[in-house]
Amino acid sequence: MDFMSTLRLALRALARNKMRSGLTMLGIIIGVGAVIAMVGIGQGSAQQIQQQIANMGSNLLMVMSGSVNRGGLRMGFGATKTLVYEDMQAVLRECPSVAAAAPGVMTSSQVVFGADNWATRIIGTEPQYFEIRSWPLQSGVYFDQEQVVQNMNVAVIGETVRKNLFGATDPLGQTIRIKNQPFTVVGVLQPKGASAGMGDDQDDQVFVPYTTHQKKLTGETWLRFLVVSAVSLQSSTSAQREIEGLLRERHRIRQGQDDDFFVRNMKDIADQQAQVSEVMTTLLASIASVSLLVGGIGIMNIMLVSVTERTREIGIRIALGATEEDVQRQFLIEAFVLSVIGGAIGILFGLGASWLISTRFNWPVLVSPTSILVAALFSMAIGIFFGYYPARKASRLDPIEALRYE
Amino acid sequence: MATLQAPDPLARDAQAQPVIRVEDLHKYYDLGETKVHALRGVTVQIMPGEFVAIMGASGSGKSTFMNLLGCLDKPTSGRYFLNGEDVSGLTKHELARIRNQRIGFVFQGFNLLARTTALENTELPTLYAKIGRTERERRAKEALAMVGLANREDHFPSQLSGGQQQRVAIARALVNKPSLLLADEPTGNLDSRTSVEVMDIFQKLNDQGLTIILVTHEHDVAQFAKRQIVFRDGLVKFDEPIKERELASKVLEWMPKLED
Repeated sequence: MDFMSTLRLALRALARNKMRSGLTMLGIIIGVGAVIAMVGIGQGSAQQIQQQIANMGSNLLMVMSGSVNRGGLRMGFGATKTLVYEDMQAVLRECPSVAAAAPGVMTSSQVVFGADNWATRIIGTEPQYFEIRSWPLQSGVYFDQEQVVQNMNVAVIGETVRKNLFGATDPLGQTIRIKNQPFTVVGVLQPKGASAGMGDDQDDQVFVPYTTHQKKLTGETWLRFLVVSAVSLQSSTSAQREIEGLLRERHRIRQGQDDDFFVRNMKDIADQQAQVSEVMTTLLASIASVSLLVGGIGIMNIMLVSVTERTREIGIRIALGATEEDVQRQFLIEAFVLSVIGGAIGILFGLGASWLISTRFNWPVLVSPTSILVAALFSMAIGIFFGYYPARKASRLDPIEALRYE
Repeated sequence: MATLQAPDPLARDAQAQPVIRVEDLHKYYDLGETKVHALRGVTVQIMPGEFVAIMGASGSGKSTFMNLLGCLDKPTSGRYFLNGEDVSGLTKHELARIRNQRIGFVFQGFNLLARTTALENTELPTLYAKIGRTERERRAKEALAMVGLANREDHFPSQLSGGQQQRVAIARALVNKPSLLLADEPTGNLDSRTSVEVMDIFQKLNDQGLTIILVTHEHDVAQFAKRQIVFRDGLVKFDEPIKERELASKVLEWMPKLED
């Protein structure tokens, strides 16, 4: 029997029991839809994480002044005073895997502009910082090295700070007050969003020269952190080793003693996050696959019922010359058609669900053509897999018995 | 009615080649505990153009014999030649092909597919032959016309009377131009006049050269055949020509017409 006739036969048989066929398909529709939506959520969040990591800056490493153990009392990161500007210079000088570095000091303060004020984080650094973090301006300029050397009161502000202090006013050239010191706003940074891993708002910061910060705001002589960029992504691990070795030496930390600093390698964080999102995607997809599996079992179940119901028809067909393969193909194609139509509707359903999730809940959802293709192939495979046994059963019927079946 | 059989050189020379030749046919059914010896050595020969009624009580082995003749089952031992070809050793696949090409089946319960039109029912065996779509439809229409149902092509079985349904079944049996028509109690579900009408069709087909084998337990029906074979206990008890053969067309003349 040729394929087209078999296909027509299958469609007719399915159309005969519309309710039943529809419900059976529903299992596949939900299964395929769920797989597409779930994988979409997983891939969307993976993509978002990648963007966040890329956002942090190229090949970024953070060196933070570390915890110190004072008589059993372990202080948090940033509690030591041992990380100094000379350390940064030494890192730049002696670590071959390091491309650039910038110092960092940090304090929290109220920032005042006219009648408005805003509590935010004040970071003291050097102009390279923005380059290392690949952080462009939306207006104005960065402060320059000259201004750093001269402890000038200039500030570059983040988008959140701009919004809250200035609103519609152009901030460039305006004077803001930080700890009673007037600072001239020279630049506004482009928004960067939440930081990967920590999730704090990176736009809620004010940047000033680190020298000004140390001398006029806090009186500290040490650094809280360094931002370092490695020459390449691959070399970030060796950069980390080099920095660790150098700083241990400079800080005279003996073998077996805890470091008084801590190096965070963004590549590690990226890898970690990628792993987390991969696990999440796999988890979501496997939960959704269970529903697809249940849908497949539904097909098998209905096909078995159908074979039993149509025993007599099968008997007639065999008596009139249908071979085992003919009968098997007939039922296999029926199951196949069920699952393929279900799969097609399921893809639409999955796309709709993904769209709804991304617009309604503002989740990042990424439906890739690959996942659609995989879902389509998978639903076909399900039809064949779960249709095989009932079809086999039908083809093995004894025509004499089948013709006698009431 | 159009000529049914394609000119078959073997079939034309009746003396040369029996349509059916069975030799010492045995059939056991293994039902676990007990073994049923349904056929205990049957030897029969049926020539082209014969019209044979097979009779016997239930359990006599006539149904088993029919199933073997129809290639729906295989003998435990013995040989079966259909048109001279030994089919007792063929595979299931080959038997399906034989059923499709050489044998037309008419069953007691009509066995038409419900919710399928008369034309499509008739077309069914051609689906399993390697025939193009237009040719399939042409043949099915031709076969339906032969049984006088040309105007009922699009009717469903539920819209047809018993006699009409059986005629569709006959058309279906003829559509692949078989050399043998096997009818298993074809009048079992029909009233007496309709039975005779069906027998009339069989006689006319037989007159055109079609070999017909008919299983029945009704004596009246057997009288329309040319030869009767009576089974008992798995053996052929009688095998003799029908002496006073009835002509269905004559019988119909004096039979009262039932009102629909």
